[in-house]
Amino acid sequence: MSNLLTINDIYIEGRSDEVWSPIINGVNLSLKRGEVLGLIGESGAGKSTLGLAAMGYTRDGCRISSGSVNFDGIDLVSASADVKRGLLGKRIAYVAQSAAASFNPAHKIIDQHTEAPTQHGVMVRAESSEDAMQLYERLRLPNPHEIGFRYPHQVSGGQLQRAMTAMAMACRPDLIIFDEPTTALDVTTQIEVLAAIRKIVEDFDTAAIYITHDLAVVAQMADRVKVLLRGDEIETADTRQMLANPQEDYTKSLWAVRSFERPAKPAVHTGATPVVSVRGVTAAYGKVDVLSDVSFDMHAGRTVAVVGESGSGKSTAARCITGLLAPRQGHVEFDGAQLPASYKQRDKMQLRQAQMIYQMADTALNPRKTIAEIIGRPVQFYMGLTGRAKTKRVDELLTQIELEPSQYRDRLPSELSGGQKQRVGIARALAAEPKFIICDEVTSALDQLVAEGILRLLADLQDTLGLTYMFITHDLATVKSIADEVVVMKDGRVVEQGPKAEMFQPPHHPYTDLLLSSVPEMDPDWLTNLLEERGMENIGDAAVGKM
Amino acid sequence: MSGFVTVVLFFVGMAVFAWAFRSVARALKPDEPVFRDMPYATAFGYIFGLVAIMGAIWLYALSRDADPLVANKYFFAGKAMEAFVLFTIAAWLFRVVGRSIGTNGSRKLFRQMPLTASFGILMIILYSIAAIFAGVIAPYGQDEIIQGVAANIVPGGNPAIGGNPEFPLGTDQLGRDLLSRLIYGAQNTVGIAFVTTLLAFFLGGSLGFLAAVLGGWFDQIMSRAVDVLMAIPSLIFALLLMTIAAVWAPRLGIPLTLFMVVIIAVIDSTRVYRLARAVGYNIVVMDYIEAAKLRGEGMGYLIFKEILPNATAPLLAEFGLRFCFVFLTIASLSFLGVGIQPPLADWGTMVRDLAQFINFAAFAPQVAAAPLLAAGAIALLTVAVNFVVDWMLHRSSGLKS
Amino acid sequence: MGSVSKIILQRLGLGLVTLFVVSIVIFTAVNLLPGDFAQSILGQGATKDAVEAIRKDLGLDQPFFARYLDWLSGAVRGDLGTSFAAANFSSFVGSDAGSGLGTVAQTIAPRFENTMFLAGVTAMIAVPLAVFLGVLAALYRETIFDRAANIFTLSSISSPEFFLAYVLILVLAVLNPILPSLSNIFDGMSFSERLERTLLPALTLTLIVTAHMMRMTRAAIINLLASPYIEMARLKGISPMRVIVKHALPNALAPIINVIALNLAYLITGVVVVETVFVYPGIGQLFVDSVKLRDIPVVQACCLIFAGAYILLNLAADIMSILSNPRLRHPK
Repeated sequence: MSNLLTINDIYIEGRSDEVWSPIINGVNLSLKRGEVLGLIGESGAGKSTLGLAAMGYTRDGCRISSGSVNFDGIDLVSASADVKRGLLGKRIAYVAQSAAASFNPAHKIIDQHTEAPTQHGVMVRAESSEDAMQLYERLRLPNPHEIGFRYPHQVSGGQLQRAMTAMAMACRPDLIIFDEPTTALDVTTQIEVLAAIRKIVEDFDTAAIYITHDLAVVAQMADRVKVLLRGDEIETADTRQMLANPQEDYTKSLWAVRSFERPAKPAVHTGATPVVSVRGVTAAYGKVDVLSDVSFDMHAGRTVAVVGESGSGKSTAARCITGLLAPRQGHVEFDGAQLPASYKQRDKMQLRQAQMIYQMADTALNPRKTIAEIIGRPVQFYMGLTGRAKTKRVDELLTQIELEPSQYRDRLPSELSGGQKQRVGIARALAAEPKFIICDEVTSALDQLVAEGILRLLADLQDTLGLTYMFITHDLATVKSIADEVVVMKDGRVVEQGPKAEMFQPPHHPYTDLLLSSVPEMDPDWLTNLLEERGMENIGDAAVGKM
Repeated sequence: MSGFVTVVLFFVGMAVFAWAFRSVARALKPDEPVFRDMPYATAFGYIFGLVAIMGAIWLYALSRDADPLVANKYFFAGKAMEAFVLFTIAAWLFRVVGRSIGTNGSRKLFRQMPLTASFGILMIILYSIAAIFAGVIAPYGQDEIIQGVAANIVPGGNPAIGGNPEFPLGTDQLGRDLLSRLIYGAQNTVGIAFVTTLLAFFLGGSLGFLAAVLGGWFDQIMSRAVDVLMAIPSLIFALLLMTIAAVWAPRLGIPLTLFMVVIIAVIDSTRVYRLARAVGYNIVVMDYIEAAKLRGEGMGYLIFKEILPNATAPLLAEFGLRFCFVFLTIASLSFLGVGIQPPLADWGTMVRDLAQFINFAAFAPQVAAAPLLAAGAIALLTVAVNFVVDWMLHRSSGLKS
Repeated sequence: MGSVSKIILQRLGLGLVTLFVVSIVIFTAVNLLPGDFAQSILGQGATKDAVEAIRKDLGLDQPFFARYLDWLSGAVRGDLGTSFAAANFSSFVGSDAGSGLGTVAQTIAPRFENTMFLAGVTAMIAVPLAVFLGVLAALYRETIFDRAANIFTLSSISSPEFFLAYVLILVLAVLNPILPSLSNIFDGMSFSERLERTLLPALTLTLIVTAHMMRMTRAAIINLLASPYIEMARLKGISPMRVIVKHALPNALAPIINVIALNLAYLITGVVVVETVFVYPGIGQLFVDSVKLRDIPVVQACCLIFAGAYILLNLAADIMSILSNPRLRHPK
């Protein structure tokens, strides 16, 4: 059987500062009818650019400089605008990362759904909207006959993403490009969307390119996987074969990230004074309580992971500990002594003992200060070191975070990579010589390899300096690799807490089970098994529950 | 009405021609993507541009016509085009020079600079020189009534039509040298506008940052007060307050110009406040400010070491825009007769005093040039500053994405 | 719809409060004058008794706040007080004063109408032109057309109003006598004649307002065209025309309406200078004349009218953009 799509030695360039620089360097790609190809790679790998090029489309400021894209006998690179327009939406469809931004806010969902079929003359409006409702039903959207008549902002993110998948299917295309369709969603919602996508692609035997940075997701969705790195193809193989036996070093290292797990520490003596203890804290923004009666302890030298989906109150808990938000009730203890509620009333010693590392290293470092100034400030402020003593200490800290002092001392944050910036953030926290550090989603903005490096560094520092970590995260893979104890939060309450080993062994609180079981695993059969286990109806129910 | 019909027919003609041009091009080169995918509007644009260039050349030819009646009529069109070409060449040369001397950073800056921006920078430099060294450059004093020289000498220096080579721009109705007054105008108008803008920035900037950092009731009160002040159109408010100041000034023995500086600075500081507060607020919500607060840093360190260094770029662009605004407000007030007071030479007042000469343009174009030169001097500087600001804003927005 | 009408009511209330505070500011500012109106009317040489008599007559012996309330309640009823230029300096003001008009309201009414006519003509030309050119520049951004338009509009915004006015006079009135350079308008003029005499000042204002409006429209549309849902529409194979009409325009409406209202507000400041250049008998010229004559009641009233119009237009812009926001129109 001939290929549906063949991309031959394609080169794509993007313009920045009036200079064209390469984004994709001579990648080949082929796709048979009904086949799903996974495109994976870290940020900057050119996955989306390649996906769009498969539609003969380039974003503003990009161009295809050479190569061909052959779709069912038509070369999309040299085809006229009219020919391409006739294919897009009709035979090749696109599902974007953020459905909320990709639906036009001014029109009802169903009107946007029927637009492509009516414009391409595939169906008349009535036919197409009837078909839309059937697709909604098939995708297990709640109220399939009614949901289309809402405006996009009236529908939740996970449902919107499924509606967009239905919209892509409107003309029964031969090929759909999925561009990170679940990246912006919480894990429990992600399952529903993944199941919906996989079902509809199988039902209509549609070929698809599935773009993602998440290996576990691609394992569930794709027949074949192509790995990209900075615009170059690393390797391509069948999914199972690739998972079991990756050939290239880069692929192997990607796979290995998943296996990082440090041994759990022995349990704490009963009766030991925790370093930080949150006691019955209730806190509110305005009149709405975002935390209700939250209590947990963090013991010396341990890592406590606080997990939960967005809006669960885990960051608010951190704000209460640092004193940025004064609790309405309850208090925070440090080494057994009660801390003043607001950071303004805490003394220098109390401030120094608890430090924080932020999610976005970009906004956490002043872009106008050099690395030495950023790290040097707490050294001077808390330790009173100046001149050569300060420089010496800054160099020590830089060495500790594995950055060569002479090379990095005088750079600005903009001259560092994401991972290096995060390391500087760590060094700034260490400079205060604290006992306790809050890590707020420190790895979630980073690529997996870089994130792993940061986790290893944090683990080593904990061993040498005896630090206590509060690790706020939504990523359960991170929890598995670094945590000693786990606190699960939902809607401002602590659902469950306990040592890691116990937490990952069911049975538990239903929410903990749901959350933990929703984390995709590398096993290609994981989604199938999970759906069987839960029963398909369960998914629809969960969606209704979210309404 | 016939003029209207001519214009419509003209456009229809261009439309037909554009269609024909695209069709012929497609027929000759059917596989050339440029023509195949060319929208009609683009084809029309090419034809329109072609016609505009031909029209300009034709106008210029008319301005050099042997018949003085025709030449006079197109005198200004011709001069405008000469000025345009001259400025373009000057800007281009300036950029070439900028690319080859100076530090690596400045060279890189000039390499990426559009012609409009290099024109703007060149003009700002020239105006600054004229303003600072007015006393040295100007042949006469700004209010010097030159003995033995007639009033209303025609610009251009041609004795045949009432000019005098010693006074290339002529003299005004009191017999003062217009060239000197124009140069001193740079010192007075630009200088006063600059000082006013500085004052507005000092006021609005410091209050805006304070509001962003402190928040709470201070921010609330300041912002509501600024809302109210901004609800009165600034020129109207300035005129109202100038009326009052005009009564107070002689009683207190303070020059009215000083009042004007303060009044405009206060009115304009409201706009600066808004921007400074917004910029400050965007910085205050950054995590590095939170980190500094949690470290226990004081207010002074926060404002001067953490916030200000990050606010300079947007504030600099705003300074350019505000300067233009202040400059135009002062020029307008002077033009209306309540701004900079005589005997100081200033461009707004010059335009008002000389405006009547425009009516002579049909038969003696040089006579009409004087008021337009003063008005043009105002326009040229604001255009120049705006070009530079536009480029700065474009650069900073481009860097973000 | 409940929440939308609530928000709109809030904005209306806020607008009223602003207007109220602005009236206090204007009244206070005028009362900063040394001495008082009575002294100004009669001049320095007047006897004490005469000044006292006029003070009583005008209510100037009342305390500050009572006078303010008196003025405000009058203003609300349309009684803006007595113009003392009309009463005492009739020779300065021109034709109107001679006919015995005394109150500020009577002085302002015909001028106000003329200004509205000028603003109306300007808006009729400028709004469609600016929106059309702005959309065009956004669609053909970074082309020669866009760059030329950028230079042209930037120059036109940067130039003082009187410069543009005199250039237009030079080209369209002096060198090519197509339009009259002075706009003397009087009652009983035919509409076409009135239009002809208004055209030159209207064109001057058009140049400035169009430039502003066009730039802002362009920016709004470009911002919009970068949104993912426009890319999505393109990727659905929708024709470029339909992408603009169906996907961009409904969302562009709010920003464009906003731009138009803001620029009409800008017109208010523009008329002051332009009316002076063309001797157009509108409220702007009246204002400048009154400022020079120190005719405080008229200055005060004009200020209030200008500020009122300004606040009203900004309010309109605000409300329009609330109304055209689908998130607010169709709440969850």
